[in-house]
Amino acid sequence: MKKNWISVIFAAFVLSACVTINIYFPAAAAEKAADKIIDEVWQTMKEDKPVSQAGDKQTLTPNTGKEEAK
Amino acid sequence: MKTLIKLWLVLFALFVSPPVFAEADINVSSPSIAALEQSMRARHEQIRPYLDMGAVGVAANGLFSVRDAGAVPLAQRQTLNVLVAADNQDRNALYAEIANANGHPEWQAEIRNTFAQRWMQRARPGWWIQGNRGWEQKK
Repeated sequence: MKKNWISVIFAAFVLSACVTINIYFPAAAAEKAADKIIDEVWQTMKEDKPVSQAGDKQTLTPNTGKEEAK
Repeated sequence: MKTLIKLWLVLFALFVSPPVFAEADINVSSPSIAALEQSMRARHEQIRPYLDMGAVGVAANGLFSVRDAGAVPLAQRQTLNVLVAADNQDRNALYAEIANANGHPEWQAEIRNTFAQRWMQRARPGWWIQGNRGWEQKK
């Protein structure tokens, strides 16, 4: 009986080690982080700047991000 | 019999609980990330005209790509290439830095992928992006 428990504890250690290594990639958090940096780099929050030098169409969509697709 | 049930309980708990604490956050507030951000932001002013005219496109690999050098006067092409190369260097460094800052260097490819999708999604109308069917102009 004692041997049984030792193997259970051993199995628990091995299994928990396996699981901790395989932390999955936090896709939603990464997307949020990406948007934060994109706002900063492309300055998409400030819309007072001219959009294009050519100036043929100045359609500005509010750049809050996700709903802007296609 | 009782120990067998206990054993299954232990195994069950082990398999069920991990996802709860495996939920991680992505932190982007390290000094080197801020420096890269700043550098890319300053350079964007210069790259933007080329994006507007379609000489540069937002590629699917998370980088910029010179997709139509012919749209740029010969005298400017060197400048354009230098700008794009420098920006791509910053971008590569950014993806690596975010992965490292979060203690998971192996996430770099996924971070790059996430950024690639977001850059393309947030590209302005008229810019070129590299979609599934090749280069297309953002509407």
